[in-house]
Amino acid sequence: MTQSGPFPQGTITSVNGRAFALRGDDIDTDRIIPARFLKCVSFDALGSQAFADDRQELAGDHPFDQAAHVGASILVVNGNFGCGSSREHAPQALMRWGIRALVGVSFAEIFHGNCLALGIPCATASSDQIKQLQAAVSADATASWSLDLQACQFRSEAAGEWGVGFESGALEMLLSGRWDATSQLVARDAELKQTMAALPYLNGF
Amino acid sequence: MSSGTLYDKVWDLHSVADLPGGPTQLLIGLHLIHEVTSPQAFAALEDKGLPVRCPDRTVATVDHIVPTTSQARPFADSLAEEMLSTLERNCARHGITLYGLGSGRQGIVHVIAPELGLTQPGMTVACGDSHTSTHGAFGAIAFGIGTSQVRDVLASQSLAMNKLKVRRLWFENRLSPGVFAKDLILHVIRTLGVKAGVGHAYEFAGPAIEALSMEERMTLCNMAIEGGARCGYVSPDQVTFDYLAGRPEAPEGEAWDRAVQWWRSLASDADARFDDEVRFDAAAIAPIVTWGITPGQGIGVDETVPTTEQMDPADRPIAEEAYRYMDLAPGSAIAGVPVDVCFIGSCTNGRLSDLQAAADVARGRQVADGIKAFVVPGSEQVARAAEAEGLDQVFRAAGFDWREPGCSMCLAMNPDRLEGRQISASSSNRNFKGRQGSATGRTLLMSPAMVAAAAIHGAVTDVRNLAPAEG
Repeated sequence: MTQSGPFPQGTITSVNGRAFALRGDDIDTDRIIPARFLKCVSFDALGSQAFADDRQELAGDHPFDQAAHVGASILVVNGNFGCGSSREHAPQALMRWGIRALVGVSFAEIFHGNCLALGIPCATASSDQIKQLQAAVSADATASWSLDLQACQFRSEAAGEWGVGFESGALEMLLSGRWDATSQLVARDAELKQTMAALPYLNGF
Repeated sequence: MSSGTLYDKVWDLHSVADLPGGPTQLLIGLHLIHEVTSPQAFAALEDKGLPVRCPDRTVATVDHIVPTTSQARPFADSLAEEMLSTLERNCARHGITLYGLGSGRQGIVHVIAPELGLTQPGMTVACGDSHTSTHGAFGAIAFGIGTSQVRDVLASQSLAMNKLKVRRLWFENRLSPGVFAKDLILHVIRTLGVKAGVGHAYEFAGPAIEALSMEERMTLCNMAIEGGARCGYVSPDQVTFDYLAGRPEAPEGEAWDRAVQWWRSLASDADARFDDEVRFDAAAIAPIVTWGITPGQGIGVDETVPTTEQMDPADRPIAEEAYRYMDLAPGSAIAGVPVDVCFIGSCTNGRLSDLQAAADVARGRQVADGIKAFVVPGSEQVARAAEAEGLDQVFRAAGFDWREPGCSMCLAMNPDRLEGRQISASSSNRNFKGRQGSATGRTLLMSPAMVAAAAIHGAVTDVRNLAPAEG
């Protein structure tokens, strides 16, 4: 049950689409994508495997299985989302399912970095605001929402607007389209050589 | 803001440039790769037409998917075989050293890099695995990365990173007999919580830390990530240098002397400033067992599963979920909880001293009826060293299986896994729902000695109270 549009590219100033809630603190990457699905040399098949075990446990009642959420692109989560393993397979699975942005109380650090590397913004808001937001997105699954990175807002016409935060470096990289770091890193090879030349362990002490 | 800490010094030495928007381009001194998180990185590199920038600074091994019974190729699992052959092809194509099966140096990536002397003080170490924090035990800044970042390190030997805050965790006194580094870190995570370390590096210091062996320090730093801290470290000292001396990749002769002098200079200064500090009494820590579905849900083996009234309101929903999933009632004792499977191994507790501690418990005793108990050494070198001491015989005589090295049932990407609702006593690092290969399987985390004690009694047992072994 995946319906994924084009993957993020270039400058990311806003993410627009339908939103839904996935409740719970400390949702780890083993739950987002169980380890048996990591046996692959490509990320292509991961979309349909997102939350495979949780979905089986809830037998159709999981938010990722509800028809109203198919085609939605914004996920509203709670605290420490994406903790545990560094597997990029987790945000890859969410992205391939259709998610293009997350809004939550907090995100685990490696997960957040992995999202950034895919051009997926992770916005934060207080615990109380997230509760309100989860109620608002659940009240009308058909509503259109906009996560506006320039205004630092998450809003819908019917439900109103909420201020959200972004990690400053990540925000700049998304707005400028420089979130794919490879080209920037490769470009500074002269400085890299200088740094290497000054490190005792790279030069026989 | 921190200053004068090992973290600050190593960060400054590896800073290449300030990138637009705030991140720093950070040189990576040692890059470790394995079969699970690297294939897509190599594919992306080839898509971009980029070479590997420093093939001699990347080292590969195979650990996650290897079977621990027969390691004959091709593997019975064709997906596992494809992952290993892909790694072999990528390493050959790009000139990267791969310590493969039967090389004598294969094993869990976080076990082999230290034992080969690849991991050294003052390095930045990155690997596509969250338990890369392990290498911080040497006074390195070591952290897990995702596959896109593996691609970036391959392409540029560097990463775009934000500097972390530094929290010092200070431990007075010494650990008591029967209490190990595993208990110490589970106690930290239980006390501070699983998200407290987000945005921080954890510096472990104080008399109790100075008294730990290198292998214990690795266990400690390994699970910093379970407390939310992407990296944890211990300043290098004589214990560190004694461990490194004579290892294959360690410097020798005059270079060794210069290295030690440099390494000493990297330790956090006596007047270093930390962003904050938390103090613990190591002597007050008991063996810890987790009862729930996050590593923060741990208690002393002599305690009872906490009730929701005893916890912060924010922790109650996940506790309720844990009671249901684990089928453990609030207020019930953890000691005596029956187990089905006992697993000794992993990057947390798969080193020689871990096997020695477990063997001390197993020696002259018998695994209880109906319990599946097995030992998976962390590397080929650990396996051979343990066999030279006869530990394999101790375990076999007690009724444990003695296996080939790999990650095994820590995350069950190989054939070792829980079935149905089985409950394991495990020396690994994560008790997440479904972690050990069954969507309904349950995990109790504890030290290797406690796992061995659980195997003997078929239930959670305080290793400090074991009756003397027969014979």
